Amino acid sequence: MTAILKREFASYFTSPLGYVYLAVFYGFSGLFLWITCLSSGSADMQYVFLWMFFIMMILIPILTMRTMADDKRQKTDQLTLTSPVSLFGLVAGKFLAAFFIFLIGAAVMFIYALGLAAAVNGSGTGTEFGWAGFFGNFVGIVLMGAVFISVGIFISSLTENQMIAAIGSIGVNILLCLFDVISNFVSVTFLKDIINALAVLYKYQEFTAGIFSLKNILFFLSLIVVFNFLTMRVIERRRWS
Amino acid sequence: MIEVKNLSKSYGSKLAVDGISFTAGESEILGFLGPNGAGKSTTMNMLTGYLSSSGGQALINGVDILEDPVRAKKDIGYLPELPPLYLDMTVMEYLNFVYDLKKCKLPKRSHLDEICRLVKITDVQKRVIRNLSKGYKQRVGLAQALVGNPKVLILDEPTVGLDPKQIIEIRTLIKKLGKNHTVILSSHILSEVQAVCDKIVVIDKGKLVANDTAENLSHNLSADHKLTVQIEGPTKEVKALLEQIPQMVEVHLNRTIDKTIGEYELNAQEGCDIRREVFKRMAARNYPILLMRSSELTLEEIFLKLTTGDFYGNIDNGGAAR
Repeated sequence: MTAILKREFASYFTSPLGYVYLAVFYGFSGLFLWITCLSSGSADMQYVFLWMFFIMMILIPILTMRTMADDKRQKTDQLTLTSPVSLFGLVAGKFLAAFFIFLIGAAVMFIYALGLAAAVNGSGTGTEFGWAGFFGNFVGIVLMGAVFISVGIFISSLTENQMIAAIGSIGVNILLCLFDVISNFVSVTFLKDIINALAVLYKYQEFTAGIFSLKNILFFLSLIVVFNFLTMRVIERRRWS
Repeated sequence: MIEVKNLSKSYGSKLAVDGISFTAGESEILGFLGPNGAGKSTTMNMLTGYLSSSGGQALINGVDILEDPVRAKKDIGYLPELPPLYLDMTVMEYLNFVYDLKKCKLPKRSHLDEICRLVKITDVQKRVIRNLSKGYKQRVGLAQALVGNPKVLILDEPTVGLDPKQIIEIRTLIKKLGKNHTVILSSHILSEVQAVCDKIVVIDKGKLVANDTAENLSHNLSADHKLTVQIEGPTKEVKALLEQIPQMVEVHLNRTIDKTIGEYELNAQEGCDIRREVFKRMAARNYPILLMRSSELTLEEIFLKLTTGDFYGNIDNGGAAR
């Protein structure tokens, strides 16, 4: 697993992909920080997180689009799948590599927060920077990012074409977040319950409100596990077809 | 050591590999022959665990590739049809990655350097694989298969894309490796298989059609009751003399050389060795025999014979009847 992780991680920086991802992430988060906090004198970062949530929905599929698709196209999967590495190790390595890149991007939020905290605490108005809200948002965005990554890798495993992988994952990501809206239009109770149970956005919003519920954390973790598991099944199934 | 028992693979309703069995012992080089689409690559992909089989068993050093894949794969070095190269890495980065991937225990630096020396890629170690020529890419692919010094090497057309000098070098290398590895090698180039392999397996349309040494194959398939002879003497008389041999079925005069020498094709009854008889009769009349050879087939001829169905004369007809 570590061999795969190391190679995948390095590969984000031997191609422009990793740099472009980080540049776009830093650029947009900076822009939203300026719009929602700096220009209006607010120290509440929740709108920065909210905007980044939507950016990630589109940006992360681009980070993950080549993970599996490219292996298949270049036939390098003949190396990884015939080497003594378990399927779990293979998928976990690829997931973690993308996740670490994502974390490097998301870590910039801490820098913004420290800056804002210094400004707020030094303003002499007696107000404190809302660290609880910040951590809620941060944990939420990290879990959400991990879900988007596992979705992206899963869709990437279904195709040899990177573009299709990217567009497909953006579609799935949007759908995941639209469940909340869709459930409003469903009148059959048990269907409504099912859709509500799968709805991501509402549970994410609880994090942004600073509520750490174990139930919600488990929900996101299980989404991550399910999509990574599906990826493993897709690779396994291809061997048997 | 590789044991293949009744291995088959179907893609939907199409049977790509149909119950083939063979073994390749330790320090043995096995040549895998077959026309395009015969199922060579599919078989190799099953042996290495890239594809699963639909039936049968493949054992690598006694370990079933489906039951304990991780252990079985440790003993395999595989060069697929298209070398599995990460184009964005340098040769050394790539080999380092393969080394880690295969969880090797050998001393890294010296082991990788030795492999680079063996396949002659030392001078491109620092170059990005994308920029290498096809021949070099092929050799990096071969290097990858050698990492970890696996006991079993499975090479799918290892000399494709190499120039004639490199082909000879790689063949020599494979022969050398064959002394302490089990090697399975597929190829279209028959002379290559003949030059390198101890044993030859021929498959066609997913079925095994031959499994023997090169010598045995050409011996068994070429009928030893068929002779080509050149005899000096008046052709009519010589032909008549030859036809008097009791076991003779047919005498055919191929051509005459310098008017006095005739080349004849002799066809005796199956299982009869008429060489001594021919000699005695010609010696009695003082007609010197200048050449006598059994019409042994070259590997090319055997291959065509086996795969076009001439040998099993009814394969094509049977197919049409269905």
